Amino acid sequence: MIILKSFRLFLILMLLTGIIYPLGIMTAAKMLFHDHSCGSMVTRNGMPVGSALLAQKFETERYFHPRPSACDFATIPSGAGNQGATSKALTQSVRERASKLLASHALPLTASIPADLLLASGSGLDPHISPEAMDFQLEMVARARNLNPEKRARLRKLARELIESPQFGIFGEPRVNVLLLNLALDDL
Amino acid sequence: MKIMDIVQISLYFGILGILTLLLGSYIFRVLGKDRQGALDSFSRMDNAILRLVVGGRGTYEMTWKEYAFSLLVFNGIGFFALVLLQLFQAGLPLNPQKLPDVPFWLAFNTAVSFMTNTNWQAYSGEAVMSYLTQMLGLCVQNFLSAATGMGVLLALARGLKRQSAKTVGNFWVDVTRTTLYVLLPLSIILAVLLVSQGVVQSLAPYATVKTVEGGSQVIPLGPAASQIAIKQLGTNGGGFFGVNSAHPFENPTPFSNFLEMLAILLIPAVSVYMFGLMVGSRRHGACLFAAMLAILLAGFIVAWWSETRVNPMIGSPCWMEGKEIRFGVMNSVLWGCVTTGASNGSVNAMHDSMSPLTGMIPMCNMMMGEIIFGGVGTGLYTMILYVILTVFLTGIMVGRTPEYLGKKIEAREMIWAIIGILLPSAVILVGSAMACLLPAARSSVANGGPHGLSEILYAFTSATENNGSAFTGLNANTVFYNLALSVAMLIGRFGVIIPVLAIAGLLVSKKAAPPSSGTFPTTGVAFVFVLIGVILIVGALTFVPPLFLGPVVEHGLMLRGITF
Repeated sequence: MIILKSFRLFLILMLLTGIIYPLGIMTAAKMLFHDHSCGSMVTRNGMPVGSALLAQKFETERYFHPRPSACDFATIPSGAGNQGATSKALTQSVRERASKLLASHALPLTASIPADLLLASGSGLDPHISPEAMDFQLEMVARARNLNPEKRARLRKLARELIESPQFGIFGEPRVNVLLLNLALDDL
Repeated sequence: MKIMDIVQISLYFGILGILTLLLGSYIFRVLGKDRQGALDSFSRMDNAILRLVVGGRGTYEMTWKEYAFSLLVFNGIGFFALVLLQLFQAGLPLNPQKLPDVPFWLAFNTAVSFMTNTNWQAYSGEAVMSYLTQMLGLCVQNFLSAATGMGVLLALARGLKRQSAKTVGNFWVDVTRTTLYVLLPLSIILAVLLVSQGVVQSLAPYATVKTVEGGSQVIPLGPAASQIAIKQLGTNGGGFFGVNSAHPFENPTPFSNFLEMLAILLIPAVSVYMFGLMVGSRRHGACLFAAMLAILLAGFIVAWWSETRVNPMIGSPCWMEGKEIRFGVMNSVLWGCVTTGASNGSVNAMHDSMSPLTGMIPMCNMMMGEIIFGGVGTGLYTMILYVILTVFLTGIMVGRTPEYLGKKIEAREMIWAIIGILLPSAVILVGSAMACLLPAARSSVANGGPHGLSEILYAFTSATENNGSAFTGLNANTVFYNLALSVAMLIGRFGVIIPVLAIAGLLVSKKAAPPSSGTFPTTGVAFVFVLIGVILIVGALTFVPPLFLGPVVEHGLMLRGITF
């Protein structure tokens, strides 16, 4: 008897929490926040080029680069390196990233690099970099695009404008969305 | 340490406190009031369901044994349903990515994990689970495992409150009411708020886009917001996506992070207030709350301190490996402490990559038995085991029969309490030792040196204490870990639930005596200190040797620049 009753209760609650609830939320989400519920897609010339929330790979020096991704920006599945403070592998990749960055930015060996460009993100898809990391890459991008001084000034201004401050002035850290920055850069 | 960090921390605990007061009397009214038809304006809906499914006599009272049996049967049905859904998902609808059936041992481990409110995950959701499995399998267990925990707490509170009675309530009523009046309404509010921040909620297939540089990127989708809301509120913690709450689609903004972090502690904190009202001593509830908060804050301060020291890898005080820019270091550390204090286990940063001492704090939080607010229901009922141990120890000191809230604590209650406290510790230590000895288990480790030991220790701690977070470097999708951790989860869950229900059954038949001069008061500062002392001595000291061999030794080696 207890088994039968439990089974019936389970079925009802399963229906309620596994079908009605998620579908109800979906209906509300589509009505209230349609774009958000479908992945916050960004379009250019009517074509989707990515999600504003997910980092994508940028390799050429014409674009700002997102933070290192231990899973190489894979989305299915995403992942992190999970290396600890005494990991030889992590120490080595940090060194390699540093020398690569210094070379591509034509900087002396003593130059300091923003930490978020040396250390990989948690999701492997962190869409943001710190404002310092953006400043750090400005020169590389401007050089790769052969920008004249006037355009350089505009790029600098644009970059300033794209810094997101902490949400509501309180939560989180100041940051720059790399994809949105790069799209704005192409329109410069 | 920045001013804004302090502001965010104060806001977090301030709002948590306010919500506790606001929701406390509500949750007491819908769950805690100890009489039939207590819901008045609400009662129609749950009565309708209960009449429909369990018949006219559905709301009869149960003894602790009936309660425990109904609980086991109900959980067992959920377990089998979840296993079947996974094993046959390829042929079932709502699988637009055509994901194959889940392999048996992984399905087994996942079903145990979600049934026990652990939500340990040896898989990445976006690559393994179909939409149907996520919704109808995992999401449902998120609700039901939390409601189960709450039921056990309610039964225990009735055991303390009722006088010379035989029964501790009705499991089906408790589960139904918790789901209908607490979990569902809060989840609906949170889910909609999360979508407003960018959490996805869609049944469309994954989108493929051409990226700016001309590559291609797959954008995963799914009914995520609804599941993430209950995953946080029900202290489940199982991510819709593999990297859990670090994934931008699960936790897109600093504000979503704040909301989710609030949701993690909300119901456990509110339960403490409700418990105070149920047993008729708001001050006792406040003292338990204070003890929990003190331990949580102490751990957080250590963790935050360690995470703002110089990172030898880059030579500056920045530990951003495995963290997301939008949250920053403070929010990642606070989340890490909160999620392991509550038995939630969702992560917004990779614990594996935190500095050694920071990574130790989540482990300590879990090892104490998930009592720093803990899981929905589970946190407080495990805490009561410590309270019983505390009044027993103080009773011995003054040579009186110990009593708790007027009820005498005797040999049989003590035996059950000790089983509930020590059994999980034994499972953690024996399990970790076993894994260290087996070459096949050792080969799953991703980091060398003492950090490798930490990974194994963390896995068994997280599973046994039903937390579910991980040092994710460990490859846990092997037959050994899927099986061993399943056993750990089962013992850690039901090895505590059964003793707690037994204690409820023993206490409910007793009559409360008025306090005498020999009674150790369970309110006041002295009680809080003694309770914290007992928790630290029993819960934490048990684990000092492995913690030294893991994180502490690693910290020393890190300072000397040694790598593995």
